[in-house]
Amino acid sequence: MSSLLEVENLNVHIKTQLGIVKAVRGVSFSLQKGETLAIVGESGSGKSITVKGIMGLLPNNGKIAEGTVFMEGKELSKLPEREMQKIRGEDISMIFQDPMTSLNPTMTVGKQIMEVLHEHHPEFSKETLKEKAIEQIRLVGLSNPETRFGQYPHQLSGGMRQRVIIAIALACNPKILIADEPTTALDVTIQAQILDLMKELQGKIDTSIILITHNLGVVANIADRVAVMYGGKLVETGNLRDVFYQTAHPYTKGLLASIPKLHEHNQQLFSIPGTPPDLMDPPKGCPFAARCPHTMKVCEAYMPEYTCLSETHKAACWLLDERAKEQGKDGADNA
Amino acid sequence: MFRYICKRIVYLLITLLIILTTTFFLMKKLPGTPFDSERFSLLPPEQQTQMLEKYGLNDPVIVQYGKYILNVAKGDFGTSFFYSGQPVSGVILGRIGPSALIGLQAILIGLSIGLILGIIAAWRHNSGIDYFTMVIAVLGVSVPNFVAAALLQYFIGLKWGILPVAFWESWKCSILPSVALSFSVTAMIARFMRTEMLDVLEQDYIVTAKAKGLNQFKVLMRHAVRNSIIPVVTILGPIVVNLLTGSLAVENIYSIPGIGSLFVDSIKTNDYSTIMGITVFYSSFYIFVMLVVDVLYSVIDPRIRLASNGKGD
Amino acid sequence: MTKTEIPQELFVKAEVDKEAREHIARPNLTAFQDGWLRLKKNKAAVCSLFILIIVILLALFGPVFAKHTFFDTDYSQIYKSPSAAYPFGTDQFGRDQWARIWQGTRISLLIAFTAAFIDLFIGVTFGAVSALFGGKVDAVMQRIIEVLVGVPQLIIVILLMMVMPAGIWTIVLALSITGWVNMARLVRAQILKLKSQEFVLAARVLGTSNREIILKHLIPNTVGVIVINAMFDIPSAIFTEAFLSFIGIGLAEPNASLGVLINNGYHVLQNFPYLLIFPALVIILIMVCFSILGDGLRDALDPRMRQ
Repeated sequence: MSSLLEVENLNVHIKTQLGIVKAVRGVSFSLQKGETLAIVGESGSGKSITVKGIMGLLPNNGKIAEGTVFMEGKELSKLPEREMQKIRGEDISMIFQDPMTSLNPTMTVGKQIMEVLHEHHPEFSKETLKEKAIEQIRLVGLSNPETRFGQYPHQLSGGMRQRVIIAIALACNPKILIADEPTTALDVTIQAQILDLMKELQGKIDTSIILITHNLGVVANIADRVAVMYGGKLVETGNLRDVFYQTAHPYTKGLLASIPKLHEHNQQLFSIPGTPPDLMDPPKGCPFAARCPHTMKVCEAYMPEYTCLSETHKAACWLLDERAKEQGKDGADNA
Repeated sequence: MFRYICKRIVYLLITLLIILTTTFFLMKKLPGTPFDSERFSLLPPEQQTQMLEKYGLNDPVIVQYGKYILNVAKGDFGTSFFYSGQPVSGVILGRIGPSALIGLQAILIGLSIGLILGIIAAWRHNSGIDYFTMVIAVLGVSVPNFVAAALLQYFIGLKWGILPVAFWESWKCSILPSVALSFSVTAMIARFMRTEMLDVLEQDYIVTAKAKGLNQFKVLMRHAVRNSIIPVVTILGPIVVNLLTGSLAVENIYSIPGIGSLFVDSIKTNDYSTIMGITVFYSSFYIFVMLVVDVLYSVIDPRIRLASNGKGD
Repeated sequence: MTKTEIPQELFVKAEVDKEAREHIARPNLTAFQDGWLRLKKNKAAVCSLFILIIVILLALFGPVFAKHTFFDTDYSQIYKSPSAAYPFGTDQFGRDQWARIWQGTRISLLIAFTAAFIDLFIGVTFGAVSALFGGKVDAVMQRIIEVLVGVPQLIIVILLMMVMPAGIWTIVLALSITGWVNMARLVRAQILKLKSQEFVLAARVLGTSNREIILKHLIPNTVGVIVINAMFDIPSAIFTEAFLSFIGIGLAEPNASLGVLINNGYHVLQNFPYLLIFPALVIILIMVCFSILGDGLRDALDPRMRQ
């Protein structure tokens, strides 16, 4: 099966007053048709920048320094802006983190949905556009679609706005939907509704989803595959089961350990000590070395390469190296 | 919304009353009446009393005040001392045309150039045109309008003879004064628009718009400009003040028969019923503009419009 | 280097400095040090400050170095173009324009600084009292403000100027009677905003006294707003003074202010443009510098405005 989206060695640099931030460093992954890939990581790990790089929506001071993005054989990273505009909203859409600020406050909900339809289907008449927009509002489960059509964003709650944003994103039946922390800003009860909606619509319109999140609960709920990012690098990727049950990278282990568990009382919440690396001047070895409980000398000096643990599962960590395993045996023997 | 407007109107009426009262009593404190000037003292005493009688200057101050307020409410500002007995309201009305023409032209010039500069400057942030706009913005508010007017008159009118130097004979005469007045308007609008746009361009919904696949121009016009142009309404108040102030000097410099020059002339001749008339006129106009701005802003910004509806305000 | 070349001995557990993990890279600065550092980076603002200092020094000492006083007339030297003896020329009475311009600058700056200071004093007091007392006091004071903002400033200033005897202090008084309202509104808004912010609530919860809260939290965080607004008050006062003198109800001859000089120069503009151009340049220079410095200060003291 050939993949829908193929990201190869993506490097994104952001120029700031203080220097160049190497926000994404050599990220590679692929996305299959109909699957849901979750990119997991803490703030500043480069996950948002990665997808913005794919969409060609990097801020003015950011640029793709190296690497390629292929979608169905087309190299997106080399496409002229005009061609890219045709792809945005039509083939790849995006949902954003904060529904409160992601809609234009002075434009009605209906117009904002019609706008994307009109952009990619200029042949539609006004009536068709309106019909389709209302249809779209109904699809995302909002009551009274006709009323909603003429309302302004501030008249809707956060959850309803996120539904509108989903309606906009899915209006043209995109092949890929990128959701950048779509539930982070919402109440917990609404979060589940939005995720369910996304799953339901994915089935209906057969789209692939890239979901960015730092919430592993969300990942377990919706993802087929997981990619864990840290310090601008992909540290572990694999199927949901691989990553959750055969966890290979100490950072992923730390993330999983820091999920609060309801049935274990009287336990202090686990947290990973330390702060993420400064990507202005990234460490030359493993970015997680400074916080890792198993740091070896090699981790600080050399960047770990990927070790394939199975056909679907790989991780970048020196602990997976043969030599470390030997050393580990020695250490165990000594103890 | 309706209640809000009523509340505003009440405040504005109180403001107006305070201005009227202040004006009235300050005028009473003026060193003498217009008849103080030499010509008046030459008149025979009986004629002097007759004139004082005629202008109601012999009543006790409080009676004069009451009469004055009543008359103002009726739109009667008394008669001008200087323009031998013409009603002040008539004198003012006759002068509105030129002032209005110049003011409107200045706003038009300022609005169009200011908006364009502001939009381009924000869009091309930190580019040459951005710096140029900032320089214009700083100069526009820093060069006093009477200096700008005088320099324009000297260079374009006198030295190069491109446009009429002064007076009010044809539409051409209104160009220089309008341009002189428009400088600060351009500066204020360009600066404000630039700041607003820069702010809006950072907003998440701009990214949403780009993610829809809109091209730069559509993102800019439909989403960025639309949202940043709304608050520009709020600086209309300061702009009108600026124009009123400017018109006093500029109309004088270009000898334009407008209200500004009438005001300055009446100050120089102590023609105090005219001064009071213009004071009331200016204040009411200013207050009216502020009210319009308030209402307009809530009408064109859906967030305010509906938020206040929701509260039943 | 390929993977296989890495020596085996590196695969041993490393010591990690636990302190270094929590290291915070940026130095700790107070708001003012931070603001000053940021202001220093703004070349235009520093340059303006420098020019303003020079102008103020010239206003203070310029007349001292002139060979003539600003009121000395010399009818043999009327309307002299700028020369070595008279750097800015002479006027219709043969008075030295150099001495008059710096004297005028001195008066204009004196008026502006005094008026701005009085504005600041009344405005800050009014705004602070209104915000700190709250409740009915605030309600009444707010109504007063709401009525006063509707008053067109210039009209009242002009009326006051007509009633009171002409002179520097009349202008100062007229300017400060009308000028403080804006400052009061800004100060009140700022204090109200601070009062509801978490760090003040936290201080209150921890049992900090009102006095401490005002001294440690409210005042330091309001100074920025006050300084910035005062910076914009000064050029506006300079403008108003010049404007009044220009339309003939400000200061009068033989007194000199920039407005008087511009008015004087305007009347002979056709034949002796330098009499208008020099004082006009000085006033523009002052206004531009204050404007840029004010912007610079706002960017430096108000981190939210930082880009």
